[in-house]
Parts: sequence; structure tokens; C-alpha cells
Amino acid sequence: MTRIKQFIKAALFLEFIKAFMLAMKYFFAKKPTINYPFEKGPLSPRFRGEHALRRYANGEERCIACKLCEAICPAQAIIIEAEPRDDGSRRTTRYDIDMTKCIYCGLCQEACPVDAIVEGPNFEYATESREELYYDKERLLANGDRWESAIAMNLKKDAPYR
Amino acid sequence: MIELFGMEWPWLVWKLVQIILFVVVLLVGLAFLLLMDRKVWAAVQLRRGPNVVGPFGLLQSFADFLKFVFKEIIIPAGSDKILFVLAPIITLVTAFGVWAVIPAAPGWVMSNLNLGVLYILAISSLGVYGIIIGGWASNSKYPFLGALRSTAQMISYEVSIGFILITVLLLVGSLNLTDIVNAQAGGFWNWHAFMLDFSDPKSLILFPVMFYMFVLFFISALAETNRPPFDLPEAESELVAGYQVEYSSTPYLLFMIGEYLNIVLMCAMLTVMFLGGWHAPLDIGGGFIPPIFWFVGKVVFMFFLFAMVKAIVPRYRYDQLMRLGWKVFLPTSLVAIVIVSTYVMMFGRPYMSMTVGVG
Repeated sequence: MTRIKQFIKAALFLEFIKAFMLAMKYFFAKKPTINYPFEKGPLSPRFRGEHALRRYANGEERCIACKLCEAICPAQAIIIEAEPRDDGSRRTTRYDIDMTKCIYCGLCQEACPVDAIVEGPNFEYATESREELYYDKERLLANGDRWESAIAMNLKKDAPYR
Repeated sequence: MIELFGMEWPWLVWKLVQIILFVVVLLVGLAFLLLMDRKVWAAVQLRRGPNVVGPFGLLQSFADFLKFVFKEIIIPAGSDKILFVLAPIITLVTAFGVWAVIPAAPGWVMSNLNLGVLYILAISSLGVYGIIIGGWASNSKYPFLGALRSTAQMISYEVSIGFILITVLLLVGSLNLTDIVNAQAGGFWNWHAFMLDFSDPKSLILFPVMFYMFVLFFISALAETNRPPFDLPEAESELVAGYQVEYSSTPYLLFMIGEYLNIVLMCAMLTVMFLGGWHAPLDIGGGFIPPIFWFVGKVVFMFFLFAMVKAIVPRYRYDQLMRLGWKVFLPTSLVAIVIVSTYVMMFGRPYMSMTVGVG
């Protein structure tokens, strides 16, 4: 009896028709795909993207070359050299981040006592060569200038939870 | 009249123009059908499909074409070099060759052969050679296995396709494709897939039989063209890409075009044999809608079904495939032949009044 039932079911292609209906339902369903380069998904204020060195409002760089970030960096991606500047303040002469080593753990920005090194919201910095990913101080400061408004906003949003 | 190879010049030039036109139209149409295939598949899976090249990704196939053409042609060291290059050419040429007898609209046929159906069966069987030669000439294990599977599968399903076509031929009494299409004029109740002519009650017996033949032909066409769920020769999870493993660049492109041409050909065959070719389903449009519109529309609809099947059906196992071909389709189509020929013997052909082709 079950065999006959099965035969009739198979002969009438019932399952196939059911599957077709289901597929048509999905065919007309709204697609969840984001049209990426033109549309972007939401980012958390805590998103850890490309690094940036920030400045104070008066243009003075924040970093005081305490080297905490260099010490805590688990991937040893940060190299800092420091000397007293002409006015006697302690500043870095070299601040390199090897972005190919960086694991984006965010420990550098946690360690920083003056919020100088931060990981900004930018994640679209693919390059054509490896060398371009060895960031120096100049590049990081330029990043900071470029993303300052977004970074400041993110820090402000995240502040109540810290 | 100047003669060349015993043919008249104007005739030769006219035929050449026709052939070039046909090939160009087919290739351009194929590019968009390929995109449609991918779009339909994507839509069912809740994706958008290619949408970057050109508006809505319309130029995607042309971009793919350029990509294939500019890649390096790799000919494996151990391969039979002549056959290796010959195989995709055979596939493409046979795939194009069959189109010579497909009537797209009244009079729009390159060669109105009286034995059109036989010609189609003969040439499309030759297409198997492209696959088996390609698989063998690669001198590699997976392509060889793929080619073996593919050949066995195509030969098995050609048998059932042949028998299914016989039911149509019995009803029409002609092997000429134009006659077959003309026999289905008048409305969708005259199409071989839906024989619901209530003015002739005894012909209603044919409806379930012919509708079933239509469905079987559709499934056999899937198997014949190595489409899912019968894509065992190219089963990614088992054979990587079957007989195409060693192919790259333009030869691969030729294989792919040949394969898709065969799929579209099967859609056209379904349209011509069962869905009334260029005839409108109802007498609408007052003759303002050109017949080619109906033909292309039906072909595209059938192609849509092909694409949907790819999206919804899981792959068959090889023994199940053979069981379906030999133990289900073959007996079913044989029974259908008996029923239809009995009907024709007892009541005559349903279209006798139209005096279509002499049987």
C-alpha cells in the first residue's frame, strides 16, 4: 500500500511542485544582500579598524612615547623610538605599525593613557603592495587628522560603558 | 547564373548571411540566458546575483567571455593534443548545427528538412563525441570518469527522448518540424502538452498521456544536457568538473557555450514539439504580436524552469539515474507509444482535418 502511495506521489510530481512553490516564495522574497561598495552595514562604535594617532584640539600630538602600546602589543607590530623634543617634552621620533602583523586586538588603544593611538572605523585600506602596509608616524598622524571626527564621536558614544 | 560547387551564388550568399545572423543572435541571446540562469539561481538562494557589470549586471556574460578569451590555453603534457583541441570544437559545432532545422517563426528556418527530427537526433548524438573525446584526450582520471558517466547518461536518455518524440510524430504524421508546429495551431488546447480539445471528446484520452510525455521529455532533457539534478558528469563534489577538468580559457568557453546551446536547444525542442512553437496560446493581440515573440517567450520560460530545477532539486545518485532512465522512462514512454498508436489506428490523427504533411 505504501508503495502504491509512493508511486502515485512520485508519478504526480507532488514533491516537485511543492518545492517549486517554496522556491518561488524565496524567488520573490526581499534579498538581504547589502550592495556593498554603495551600501554599508552598521558599525559598532567599538569597531577596531585602521589605526590612527590623534592630536589635541590645538594641534599638539597626544602621544607621549610611554611605549605602553609597544609593550602590550601581542603581535609586536609596534616599534617606537623617542627623544626629548627642543621644548623639552617627550615625543616619539619614530612610531611604526606593521599592519601586516597587527591582529586588531585593540590592546594598544586600551593601554594608551592619553587616547593617542586608536583603532578607527576605517576598514577599507587594502593596498597593492606589502610595503604600503608598513605605517609610519606620518601616515598614522594623517589617519588621525582624516578620521578625527568619526573617532571622537565613537569614543564619546562608548565612554558611558568604560 | 554563376555556379560554385554546383550551387547558385545568390543562394549561397543568402544562406551564409542567414547562418551568420542565426549564430550572432543565438550567441547574444545565450549571453543573457546565462545571466538569467545565474540570476534565477541567486534569487532562490536569497542573493542578488551578478549586478556590477553594466546595469543589473547585464554585461556580466560578456565580461566573462573576455576573461575566458584572454586567459592562457593550457594543454596538458600527457594529453593527445589534436583531440584535446578538437573535442570542444566538436561540441560547439554540433550544438550549433542542430539549430539549422529549428523553426523560430513561419518561414524562419535555415533548412526546412523533411526529416528534421531525425536530423536533430543524429546531430545531437554526435555531441557526445565532444565530451568523450575531451575526457579521454585529457589523459587524466577525473575527466575520464566524467566522460564515461556523461556518455552513459546521454546515451540512456537519448533512448527515452527518441520514444517520447515518436508519440508526437505519431500524432502529427510528419518529421518536419514546421509541420509539427503547424499541427498545433489554434490555441493551447491543440498543443501536444495540453490536448484539451473539448469539441472532440475522444481526443481527451490523449491529454494525460501527452502531458506526461511532456514532463518526461523535460526531465530527459535535463539528463541529456547534464543539468542538475543529473549533473553527475560534472558533479563538483565528486569529480571536480568532470570532462572539463583539464580545460581552460577558450576551449573551456567553447565547451560551456556548447553545453548551454544544447540546453537552449532542448528548450526550443520542448517548445516546438509540445508547446506549439510560435503559435499564441489564445487568439490575442489580433496578429500584432509577431510569432517570434511567442517562440522566444516559450523558450525563455522553459529555460526559467531549467534554472529553477537547478535551484531546487538535489543531485541524483548514479544508479538512481540509470534506474530512472531504463526502468521508469523507457517503459512509460513505450506504453505511451502503444496508447497513442492505438488511438491513431482507431480514430485517426486528431488533426486530420488540417491535412498537415502526409504520413
